[in-house]
Amino acid sequence: MDLSFGPEHRRFREEVREFLRTALPPHLQEKAAVDGSFTHHEIMEWHQILARKGWAAPHWPVEHGGPGLDVTSRFILTEELELSGAPTVSPFGLFMVGPLIIQFGTPEQKARFLPKILAGEEVWCQGYSEPNAGSDLASLKMRAEDSGDGHFVVNGQKTWTTYAQYADWIFMLVRTDPTAKKQSGISFLLCDMKTPGITVKPFLTTGGTPAFSETFFEGVRVPRENLVGPLNGGWTIAKALLGHERTLIAAVGLSARAIRRVKRIAAGTRAGGATLLDDPGFRGRIARLDIKLRGLQMANYRAIAAAQLGHAPGPESSILKLRGSEILQQSMELAMDVMGHDALSWFNEPGVVPAAEESVPSVFNYTRATTIYGGSSEIQKNIIAKLILGLG
Amino acid sequence: MNFDLTEEQRLLVDTVASFARKQSPLTRMRALRADPRGWSPELWKQMGDLGLLGISMPEAVGGAGGTFADAALILEQLAATLVPEPFLACLVAAAPILRLGTEEQQARWLAPFAAGDASLALAWAEAQGRFDVADVETRAVPSADGASFTLTGEKRFVLNGHAADFLVVSARTSGAARDASGISLFVLDKDTPGLTVRGVKTMDGHHAGMISLQGAVVAADRLLGPAGGAREALEEAMDLGAAGACAEGAEIARVVLHMTADYLRTREQFGVKIGSFQALQHRAVDMFVEAELCKSMAILAAIRASDPDVTERQSAVSAAKVQLSAGGRQVTQQATQLHGGIGVTDEHDVGLYFKRMQVLSALFGDEEHHVARYARLPSFTAGLEA
Repeated sequence: MDLSFGPEHRRFREEVREFLRTALPPHLQEKAAVDGSFTHHEIMEWHQILARKGWAAPHWPVEHGGPGLDVTSRFILTEELELSGAPTVSPFGLFMVGPLIIQFGTPEQKARFLPKILAGEEVWCQGYSEPNAGSDLASLKMRAEDSGDGHFVVNGQKTWTTYAQYADWIFMLVRTDPTAKKQSGISFLLCDMKTPGITVKPFLTTGGTPAFSETFFEGVRVPRENLVGPLNGGWTIAKALLGHERTLIAAVGLSARAIRRVKRIAAGTRAGGATLLDDPGFRGRIARLDIKLRGLQMANYRAIAAAQLGHAPGPESSILKLRGSEILQQSMELAMDVMGHDALSWFNEPGVVPAAEESVPSVFNYTRATTIYGGSSEIQKNIIAKLILGLG
Repeated sequence: MNFDLTEEQRLLVDTVASFARKQSPLTRMRALRADPRGWSPELWKQMGDLGLLGISMPEAVGGAGGTFADAALILEQLAATLVPEPFLACLVAAAPILRLGTEEQQARWLAPFAAGDASLALAWAEAQGRFDVADVETRAVPSADGASFTLTGEKRFVLNGHAADFLVVSARTSGAARDASGISLFVLDKDTPGLTVRGVKTMDGHHAGMISLQGAVVAADRLLGPAGGAREALEEAMDLGAAGACAEGAEIARVVLHMTADYLRTREQFGVKIGSFQALQHRAVDMFVEAELCKSMAILAAIRASDPDVTERQSAVSAAKVQLSAGGRQVTQQATQLHGGIGVTDEHDVGLYFKRMQVLSALFGDEEHHVARYARLPSFTAGLEA
């Protein structure tokens, strides 16, 4: 048993670190240094820098512009990106629809969409959830009817469409056969957001940013060639996404950075004549969370090592999303607790609280979503209970 | 990175698993609770003959020259049926003999252990000292000619202390009660005059020794390493013990998770299998998550337990022990809960695992001890300056 990275992976980590030292433009570097939150345009700027380096889509096959990295290198790249404080690129194109087009798309779809996703020239959003289809996603109602002239006509509403206001395209699940059993009447469709009949209404999250939208479709005509996979085969495609890149879902690097941030804030917070980092109570709480992260990291390493050796994902990989999202939440909560009265601040002008604390209250709120999106923790538990423990 | 077992390790695991199943099913451990020794020298000899006991001992003493990770694989398999033989206690006692002992001393005390002809114990814990190996009030006073030491003091709950042929005892040769230096280790035969061993039962069905030293005279050739320099070897032994507890605990978590899932699939109430209730399913998944984390951390601890970098070793072992004490106990506690009333009867096996997990949680430093140690390490505050 060997816990160390081999020489080629250690070299690769150095290469990533070297790149990160110089690749972030000064205005992004400044934000990264204090764990600031990035705007959509800053995120896309970083996406394009990564794309020029060839690292925007580490997991894509070489023939579609991926860098040909093995599973361990992909993990290292992701971890270092997360640790650096650089913007997190939008997952919808690179990590969600891109891999699905690669797996299920026609040659024409691949040629049309993949290069622009990779280059960051087209921005994507996800149209899965509806007002009455959340955890029970298969009950979705948005209707796509074959118009008989080579188009689908789409009517209905999507919600929680993250950053729809910036998106050029949406990938969505639509009901193409209302008579079939609920999972079997669903298709996977790509739609240009500029198509007449689409209305996007952004709304604020509790984090104070307009990250979500309601997206309305009224008589929206979508060319038939934008259907991915077979008609009524959309549920299989949606499920395939769950199997992609499980080793990256734990966000170990993000949590590690968040915990380091907690320690830094604690080290700069005066309390009782010393710093809060010297307070045994707080220090113990931080240590417990650090240890939790260590466990997640080790489970993640096992999943990576197994994938690297070509094994099917073991049971340890199914806990990564469940546990990773909880740890990220707990680290933001701890940051709030460490801040004391500073945690009352809310989008104040610079200088009201130290720069490193400014974004914490917003991120703390938004991070509550991590145990909800991508299959809530309770849905994850239902799946583990059924598939791994054989309960039902 | 590679966590796959080698061909030899897989063979070892299969051998131990089948040995435990055939030679020591859970019914045996259950019966041995009433036996004052609690384990059998015959089975111990078989384990020696199979090469299990000496797996991580050097070839010079008849061992296989393997690593602690190999020994951890054995501990894990023995835990499946709670085999009561004192393998963990002996590994912990052997550690300072390996670290500090001369070749002659190693041959004298480790060879009979590896062969299954003798067993060992490490007597370190004192009433006032909790988990601090340096908090030693037992004194060892050298004779005028330096040929012997006279030991006086008390040691509590010494694992296998009631049955060991050789006891490795910590005592102060200099310094005040909690000084880091001044602690020495001596190896005593069980029948040394002035040494009294009282066997006591422990909650997990095992037995331990309460040890009293009243002017026990020990020859100088039974001192391990230089006088006063044993603290680091003792700390290393504690870390091996903690890593061993993690290996054992990870297997216990796995076993009780499966017992519980089986129970949920068969037990009926309200006309249905109780495993169909979501509240119980989610509890079972919480157990699954913690059991997986115990396994991951046990691997980490087994790899790092003998790491020459002390900070790496301590940080990994403390993290793993916290996972065991918090997460591992959660697994056995939920197992009891999900079994309902039958889970708190002595008749049901789940209670045997519950008790062993509780004992493992306290041994070699409990949760609070390891959280505090983890938070004191230089690695905890490394990299905070931007």
